[in-house]
Amino acid sequence: MKVLYFAWVREVTGTAEEEFDLAEGVNTVQDLVSWLKEKDLVYQQAFADDKMVRVAVNQEYVNLDHLISNNDEIAFFPPVTGG
Amino acid sequence: MIRVQAEDFDLGVELKNMTADNRGIGGLCSFVGLVRDMAGDENISAMTLEHYPGMTEKALGDIEAEAHTRWSLDATLIIHRFGRLEPGDQIVLVAAASAHREAAFEACHFLIDWLKTKAPFWKLEDTPDGGKWVDARDTDTAAARRWVSSPEKTSNNHDAAE
Repeated sequence: MKVLYFAWVREVTGTAEEEFDLAEGVNTVQDLVSWLKEKDLVYQQAFADDKMVRVAVNQEYVNLDHLISNNDEIAFFPPVTGG
Repeated sequence: MIRVQAEDFDLGVELKNMTADNRGIGGLCSFVGLVRDMAGDENISAMTLEHYPGMTEKALGDIEAEAHTRWSLDATLIIHRFGRLEPGDQIVLVAAASAHREAAFEACHFLIDWLKTKAPFWKLEDTPDGGKWVDARDTDTAAARRWVSSPEKTSNNHDAAE
């Protein structure tokens, strides 16, 4: 699956895009966030405040309990500020 | 019609194109968002708009489609720019055309209010203290909320002048 980061989330993680294989026991977006936090400090910093990071899977907004699969495109970003 | 682009747009040209082939349009309402030179107390010399290619077009398309389910509209247009912009530059255009003005006014207002909380853009301001990501605003969330669970909007205002 592809994971994308935007705006300050990208700056904190240090990467705009990365590919992972879905790990054992990672079924939801929340699971993925927990898994990332265990990987590296930068993810702990990026996801320090759950309320400040939004998620989209395959370009649709979802909640943290959304189920994910290995073919998904998952994006993490701050609340939007367009317009 | 949705366009996500770096280039500037000409409001007059865009509005003219919207009504070009439709003589049933009686009202056309538009809104343009611009870059200001101040954010609170700070001077902004420039801002850079980042977006999520693919999702940006999708989200704007969904917002436009929602407007068409709520109001009887002949045409809608959303143009949103990305990249580096300076104070005075145009950021976004939303426009709605209908047989009568009520639908055009309301749909136009709806388009910008929903876009502000749903379109995946992020603004990075150039301030004297360096780059600063703009925070989402409670006022924008509140503005969007006024369009949630709205009673069915119908335009029954058949004004002879239009």
